[in-house]
Amino acid sequence: MLYDDIAAIATPPGEGGISIVRLSGYNVISKANKIFKAYKKEKELTNQAAYTLTLGWIIDEEGNILDEVLVTIMRSPHSYTGEDVVEINCHGGSIPARRCLEEVLKTGLRLAEPGEFTKRAFLNGRLDVSQAEAVIEIIRSKTDKGLKLALNQLTGKNSLIFNRLEDDLIRVNAMVEASLDFPDDVGDLDTAEALGLINNVLINIDKLLLAGERANIYREGIDIAICGKPNVGKSSLLNALLKKEKAIVTNIPGTTRDVIEDFINIKGIPVRLRDTAGIRLTDDLVERIGVERSRQVILDAELVIFILDVETGITVEDKEIFKAIDNNNVIVLVNKEDVEAKRITDGELTDLFGDTKIIRGSVKEDIGLEELEKTIEDLVLSGDVLYDNEEIMINLRQKNALLKAKKYLTDTLVLIEDLPLDCIGVDVWGALEAIGEITGKSLKEEVIDRIFTEFCIGK
Amino acid sequence: MVIYEAGAYDVIVIGAGHAGCEAALAAARLGCNTLLITLSMEGIALMPCNPSIGGPAKAQLVREIDALGGEMGINIDKANLQVRTINTGKGPAVQAIRAQADKYEYHQVMLKTLLTERNLHVLMAEVEEIEVSNYKVTSIITKTGARFLTKAIVVTSGTYLKGRIIVGDVAFDGGPGNQFPAVRLSDCLKELGFTMGRFKTGTPPRIDRKSVDFSKMVEQPGDDMDLRFSYITEPNQREQLSCWLTHSNTKTHALVMDNLDRAPMYTGAITGKGPRYCPSFEDKVVRFSHKDSHQLFIEPESRTTDEMYIQGLNTSLPEDVQIQVLHSIKGLENVRIIRTGYAIEYDYILPSQLKLTLETKNIAGLFTAGQINGTSGYEEAAAQGLIAGINAALQVQEKEPFVLKRNEAFIGVLIDDLLTGEIDEPYRLLTSRAEYRLLLRQDNADLRLTEIGRKIGLVDDYRWQIFQQKKAELEEEIDHLKKTTYTPADNFMTDFLKQKDSAALKDRTSLWDILKRPEITVNDYINLGLINTQTPSILEQIQIQSKYEGYINKQADQVKKFLKMENKKIPLNIKYEEVMSLSNEATHKLNQVRPTSIGQASRLFGVNPADINVLLIYLEKEKRK
Repeated sequence: MLYDDIAAIATPPGEGGISIVRLSGYNVISKANKIFKAYKKEKELTNQAAYTLTLGWIIDEEGNILDEVLVTIMRSPHSYTGEDVVEINCHGGSIPARRCLEEVLKTGLRLAEPGEFTKRAFLNGRLDVSQAEAVIEIIRSKTDKGLKLALNQLTGKNSLIFNRLEDDLIRVNAMVEASLDFPDDVGDLDTAEALGLINNVLINIDKLLLAGERANIYREGIDIAICGKPNVGKSSLLNALLKKEKAIVTNIPGTTRDVIEDFINIKGIPVRLRDTAGIRLTDDLVERIGVERSRQVILDAELVIFILDVETGITVEDKEIFKAIDNNNVIVLVNKEDVEAKRITDGELTDLFGDTKIIRGSVKEDIGLEELEKTIEDLVLSGDVLYDNEEIMINLRQKNALLKAKKYLTDTLVLIEDLPLDCIGVDVWGALEAIGEITGKSLKEEVIDRIFTEFCIGK
Repeated sequence: MVIYEAGAYDVIVIGAGHAGCEAALAAARLGCNTLLITLSMEGIALMPCNPSIGGPAKAQLVREIDALGGEMGINIDKANLQVRTINTGKGPAVQAIRAQADKYEYHQVMLKTLLTERNLHVLMAEVEEIEVSNYKVTSIITKTGARFLTKAIVVTSGTYLKGRIIVGDVAFDGGPGNQFPAVRLSDCLKELGFTMGRFKTGTPPRIDRKSVDFSKMVEQPGDDMDLRFSYITEPNQREQLSCWLTHSNTKTHALVMDNLDRAPMYTGAITGKGPRYCPSFEDKVVRFSHKDSHQLFIEPESRTTDEMYIQGLNTSLPEDVQIQVLHSIKGLENVRIIRTGYAIEYDYILPSQLKLTLETKNIAGLFTAGQINGTSGYEEAAAQGLIAGINAALQVQEKEPFVLKRNEAFIGVLIDDLLTGEIDEPYRLLTSRAEYRLLLRQDNADLRLTEIGRKIGLVDDYRWQIFQQKKAELEEEIDHLKKTTYTPADNFMTDFLKQKDSAALKDRTSLWDILKRPEITVNDYINLGLINTQTPSILEQIQIQSKYEGYINKQADQVKKFLKMENKKIPLNIKYEEVMSLSNEATHKLNQVRPTSIGQASRLFGVNPADINVLLIYLEKEKRK
């Protein structure tokens, strides 16, 4: 068959018990296998029979575990699409599924168009005509809406950035192509100008990607882990923030008694706040399982709030816990500042935590909570305010296109001195084509138009 | 007028320019009894504009024509007066040879080839009528009353259709170079139901060599190398003539500006759309007013005359202004004009009415090629002529049609662009129009197309033998380079790399991979005796194929994706109105062009990805019925 391999998140967005990433095509089992580490070594996906479930982990390029998953294998033609299908059951919530999807796409799959699984199901004879006709309507409405959304974005204030990006790239392409097709009239490429433009485009791509991450934070939310020794005020902090902010979702009990979680809203950012039981070293088996879970929660969190008790001072236990926090984004909250006996000095804090952000306050008396929230916002959003405070929404497809363009341009920068211009042309054109996927315009003609408007060509 | 029955031919070609010559020779060589009709014998293979062949994208075309068994490459190799390589150092995909042609010799060599071709009859006449029965061609009638019966017709009428020449406020009917225009044929095509458009192009004044002061100009000699277009011609030993570079200046530009009210381009006297890549001089001065100088190349037109061409000065300004403009230019202060520059307007047929074989969609057996299809350039014309001639012959012989894809040849890009693009100015091929140009190089046209040409029947034994020899030698040499490997412990290779300032080997590496390093060349291998061949064309292939292997493979991957869509065929009888959910714009465009594959449909302006999805589903559904 002729179709390429595609993937998408198949479950609806939002919170749920599991999320499923679906892959379809003819090489999807071996591709999925590349990012999958089976719990039992011999159970590689490529060896598994159809209609089996395999337990294991999704891993990234460095071998880091992203999520524990169950993988279903269906072999052609006995699947929904009629092709080989892999369904990866991730943990609930959209973050694990999105991360998993990103890894899947890195193995060379394409993000599926809306309705594409169903389209394939039809094309491969898995749906009848009347079912398929209904699907046509769905595809139509979805893409039109997608197009409209894209247009809305492009004609809004944010379009300036996209247009400038496209414009700069058209200009670079025109410079390259004019030099290749009209050497007598145009002469050699002005490499310095071309490099300047390319660098400018790269900076803007990075800004967009960053903006996209910020937008994603608002859309998808973040995980914050609270840790500290018993009675330091973890539950109080959770409750205080809950009371202060409107809870998004009613209290959902944690899956184990070791992790308590709640959903709150901090400065517009959806936050899953998770209270970890403890992460110190222990010989007790039951406690050790709890410790492992907590460790995982901390690892997964975008941010960790580490609480100290000013009354007890910094204990050995505190130091142990802090040492065990495997996360770079930490805020130290020194709690109970309302009490008389203060046993933590600034000097001590600086010695121990260096550059880590430190807030002194009292959860009980609502001291420092506002500062805490502001700090969380700053840290999560990297502090930069982009483009006059406007948030730019970019979706995964746009993000992929930007990453593709970035790759092409980075190649160009590296190779521009060593390779002839026609090869460079392949890369700068590749970058423009990637951006074209976002804007949906026919850019080849625009490059040719640009050659004639900007360069004096003529025999 | 009494019409008499004058005979019958398999194929009739109307017009003997660059398209017509290729079409007629191809049809005749494929065994068709062929008639080539020209308005004048002097107009055969005429170069009414610049006297050059080749350059970026165009050199690739000429090499492709040659590899398929066409004539242009052979003809220019016999009739050049200077050859150069353009774009050296910008990469193999855009490197291109360009020849200055001796216009008279070019005409004479082609004339001789035509007149000595078996199966080919050349006739001087004006065709007034194409007769059609049941949407199929049957015959033509000439101005003098001769009716020729035929099975296929190729119309290659160039800029002659209702040609009109404009110089300042003077305008008269005429073909290029003041030849007679073809007046009646255009109306005939309209009566057959074709939509016609009108384009404009222009040409510069020609000057007398004796009146030029070359001491004030920069000499542009040819390359001192054996450069040929054809894969089968012998080296040309003749002396090369130089071209000369001078520049316009602010005085020149002021003269143009002062006389714009007499320039037909600006007074509205010219309505046809002109090409942006070939603007008139007055246009350049107006549009690029910040430039106070433009390049002008003075180029010889022949070894046997003193007429010279001024590249960059095409104009339809009044004759007296042209003289003043010329006299303001360095080296041309006392120049004498031999021919005045002019603009020419002509009719063309909207190429969306064609099939990929260049047969018209509405009339079976009627093909068109060259400028009548809205293109410009001798090379573009010749390429179309070859394809139309081949397909006319194949049709007469009831064989499968012949089409080249965008990934196979620049010819494929050209014809596909004509059918799918918005042709709103005379179309010129550019390397930037080819998505896969790293694969479509001038150096590998023979490797790409000779076997195809052999299958069609245009590649004769002589060419076939040369090709097979080259191919075998190349394969053997590549095999040798890939199989010869060195380890880091090898002293000979270590010393050599050190001497070339090249990094030491880390693993066992082949000569082929070592050659990928920028600092290593095939010449190094020759000096060290690491390579067996000395043949320049083989060495060139090895150098290019090894050094650019990464990018060539990148493009080859892109081609695979492209072909998936090209291979999804759309049935000719599809009723787009019945395809549910197709947008109105897409329905209109698809109906107008009637693409043959999903790939082609996706390149149409106004057809978006959603429409393609809908179309795919519809097709699959139909297939299952």
